[in-house]
Amino acid sequence: MNQESLGQIFINASLVNNFVLAYFLGICPFLGVSGKLDTATKMGGAVTFVMLISSMCAFGIHALLVAIGAEFLQLISYIVVIASTVQLVEMFIKKMSPTLFRALGIFLPLITTNCAILGLALFQTNKGYSFGQSIVYALGAGAGFTLALVLIAGFREQLEFAEVPKVIKGTVLTLVIAGILSLTFMGFSGLGTQ
Amino acid sequence: MSESNTHTTTSTDEFIKGLWRENPVFVQVLGMCPVLAVSNTAENALAMGLATAFVLLMSNILVSILRSFIPKEVRIASYILIIATFVTITDYTIQAISVDLHKSLGAFISLIVVNCLILSRAEAFASKNNLGKSIMDALGMGVGFLFALFCLGAVREILGNGTFFGLQLFPDGFQAWIVMILPAGGFFTLAAWLLIFNLVQQRKEAS
Repeated sequence: MNQESLGQIFINASLVNNFVLAYFLGICPFLGVSGKLDTATKMGGAVTFVMLISSMCAFGIHALLVAIGAEFLQLISYIVVIASTVQLVEMFIKKMSPTLFRALGIFLPLITTNCAILGLALFQTNKGYSFGQSIVYALGAGAGFTLALVLIAGFREQLEFAEVPKVIKGTVLTLVIAGILSLTFMGFSGLGTQ
Repeated sequence: MSESNTHTTTSTDEFIKGLWRENPVFVQVLGMCPVLAVSNTAENALAMGLATAFVLLMSNILVSILRSFIPKEVRIASYILIIATFVTITDYTIQAISVDLHKSLGAFISLIVVNCLILSRAEAFASKNNLGKSIMDALGMGVGFLFALFCLGAVREILGNGTFFGLQLFPDGFQAWIVMILPAGGFFTLAAWLLIFNLVQQRKEAS
């Protein structure tokens, strides 16, 4: 069992080892939906929610698989759980807010293939977190993902009007900003250790 | 890009297109997470590229064979199951071959499951084409992915560590660019390669 305190886990997951900027998880939506600040925030919310649910399910599944001695099924069962959670969230959002549903578009079902979520489930299993620790870890990771997404969306909105050479426009520019952000986040290293 | 799906193309075309014209990393910008994460040394990059290419090939073969049996409504779920099976096989195989390599690649082998490149080839190509073409497509895309990953890994290892496949390249006085090994270096190197690619493409169009 892991002895890290809850606050430590949260800070570690959200700032020090930010899922996007330090672990490179969830780069696809990071490059894809970071064009507008508004959509980025909502996307962050949806991802955090899916993370929370799938982290709880992953904890249960892992315990079950260990009990019946079938750990090799871990990957397959995790991905099935995540896919069903995303389906559930999709139906929920469609019912509650059709506007948000349209704004997120294709990126909503694509949360299934967001490595950040599967990565979270695998990391928490590897680290041997308890149920409470897993929930805090999921919340921290979600907060970190949202933070990175919102930051880069803010920068990109500003840069819309900047004059840059044509070859640099688009992905190249976003990657350079992401690199600088990643350097900035390294300033957090050391927080949450002790 | 759409002309590649017409019936006039030969298998060689399917292979070549993945290498350059529709290169998965430099042109389609797919499967970025492993590209950035495990390209800190040339060896890691090569291993990751081979593992991904293997899963891509096997899943494309199976999807192409089963394409008339899989109901349309559950196709994505079925593809993911097929991919997850082969990734599990790869994961255990690498662990059996070299524990060190398995450790340095970490969770990223399992994360091949959610590599958008593999799912997008299954959905966009293998589910619509016959076995031969799907195999050539998977080989082309796989080699293109491997090539891109290797480009990144080589640059990052040479500049960030002063070595290439563990061999010392520079005299002792060389000051390694630590930033290249760090996550930020991954973003910068990829940006630089994309920039070169864009420049070449632009020059080609202009002439």
